[in-house]
Amino acid sequence: MSACLLEATGICAYYGPTQVLFGLDLRLAEGGITTMLGANGAGKTTMLRALSGMVRATGEIRFRGEPVLGQATEDIVRRGVAHVPEGRGTFTRQTVEENLQIGAMSRRDRKAIPGDIERVYGYFPRLKERRGQQAGTLSGGEQQMLAIGRALMLRPRLMLLDEPSFGLAPMIVAEMFEILRTLNRSEKVSMLLVEQNAALALDLADHAYLIETGRLVMSGPSAEIRGDESIRRSYLGY
Amino acid sequence: MELLLHQVLAGLATGGIYACMALAVVMIYQAIDHLNFAQGEMAMFSTFIAWQLLQWGVPYWAAFVLTIAISFLAGVVIERTVFKPIHKAPVLTHVVMFIALFAIINSAAGFIWDFTIKSVPSPFGTQPLFGQRLISAHDAGMIAVTLVLLVLLYLFFRHTRVGLAMRAAAANPDSARLAGIRVGWMVALGWGMAAAVGSVAGMLIAPVVFLEPNMMLSILLYGFAAAVVGGLTSPGGAVFGGFAVGVVENLAGTFIPYVGRELKLSIALFIIVAVLIVKPSGLFGRRVVTRV
Repeated sequence: MSACLLEATGICAYYGPTQVLFGLDLRLAEGGITTMLGANGAGKTTMLRALSGMVRATGEIRFRGEPVLGQATEDIVRRGVAHVPEGRGTFTRQTVEENLQIGAMSRRDRKAIPGDIERVYGYFPRLKERRGQQAGTLSGGEQQMLAIGRALMLRPRLMLLDEPSFGLAPMIVAEMFEILRTLNRSEKVSMLLVEQNAALALDLADHAYLIETGRLVMSGPSAEIRGDESIRRSYLGY
Repeated sequence: MELLLHQVLAGLATGGIYACMALAVVMIYQAIDHLNFAQGEMAMFSTFIAWQLLQWGVPYWAAFVLTIAISFLAGVVIERTVFKPIHKAPVLTHVVMFIALFAIINSAAGFIWDFTIKSVPSPFGTQPLFGQRLISAHDAGMIAVTLVLLVLLYLFFRHTRVGLAMRAAAANPDSARLAGIRVGWMVALGWGMAAAVGSVAGMLIAPVVFLEPNMMLSILLYGFAAAVVGGLTSPGGAVFGGFAVGVVENLAGTFIPYVGRELKLSIALFIIVAVLIVKPSGLFGRRVVTRV
């Protein structure tokens, strides 16, 4: 296994008095795509939120060797963790281009920003066509692409993707996953992908975690999990 | 006809002040979703600071700029010390805090500078503008300063990085955090700017209404009316509302018998009620639709 980008140990998370995660461990390889699978309510979204400091959690999280648990979301983001949240987090009243500029807000190298916006447009030509449009008027698929584009503007080391396929037509999803694959290779962005669509996620990812009610069920290379029929039947439902 | 024109212009002049107050109200409303009842008192206190500086012999425009700077800092400090700790608290906590702030600032001003009426000079003078009887130099100056301020704010929010960050933080705080924006500081900045805008309104209106601790009470009411007319979510609407309320108030005071001068203030309340009944989100406001 290649170098470790992020290592989370014994993560417990709570919403008020309710415990949602019960000592989850997670290791993300530098440059890899990892997926986290599990049923509704298994705690996948919560795990992502714990990683970016959006929910109270205990345990240990090291990003590039440095402890980040307990830091403010803004500070974790500034280390290069781009979280594409469920619901896409679109700034609906701002234009598409302003949304991308917002994504680059924490960067100091301002001169490189216009070039990066063009690069994002290169990956998502549809966004370029609609650059001056209010982002709230985009279709679901376009907003998801905008969310990924906004995350890219951070020049992240790691992207946390929360159900990017949610509510999108299969053709759009296929196109988007192809782009994610490309981004992983050409932009050297590691990814942690949470998905309902297990087949699709296992195709894209090289490593998978399976969680159930806040606990780890198993983890391993995607191919292995895909090949294990009992797991597929009982947990992945296909 | 000349009376009408005269009243419209005078209405625009005071309307500019209402616009500033409305803008200050909207700025904080956008950032924290609550109406700051203490906005007027903050502006009043700023005006006292300006008066004090003038008493000490500081030239007018230096005092003007200095007051804006002090008010800005005070706004930031108030947010950081008082409102940051309660930013997740329910509405009522905020309301209580606003009322407390209102009372504290009001009596602090009375304690320091007492409750006697003080006169604040106008930087533009009170003579008629260009010898015309249509509009006084101070009224013209108020309109001009208001417009300059509005243009500056517009440019700031539309064309600067910080302006965009502030808009992002107000529109979607969670998503803004995920873009690495320090949302808490953006809110503090909003408070600072609101306090600064309010201080301009206070300094401009003081020569007209005289300076004393309760001078902003009715002005803030007009500011609220303006903000409600324009829609609390729309800065442009608040500005329009300010000018509209100013003109309507003046015309009604002049031309509607019996309403006269004495009942001018109730016109502001009447406008608030009427707009809320007909169009609850204001003329330019956005209806917030929540999916269930």
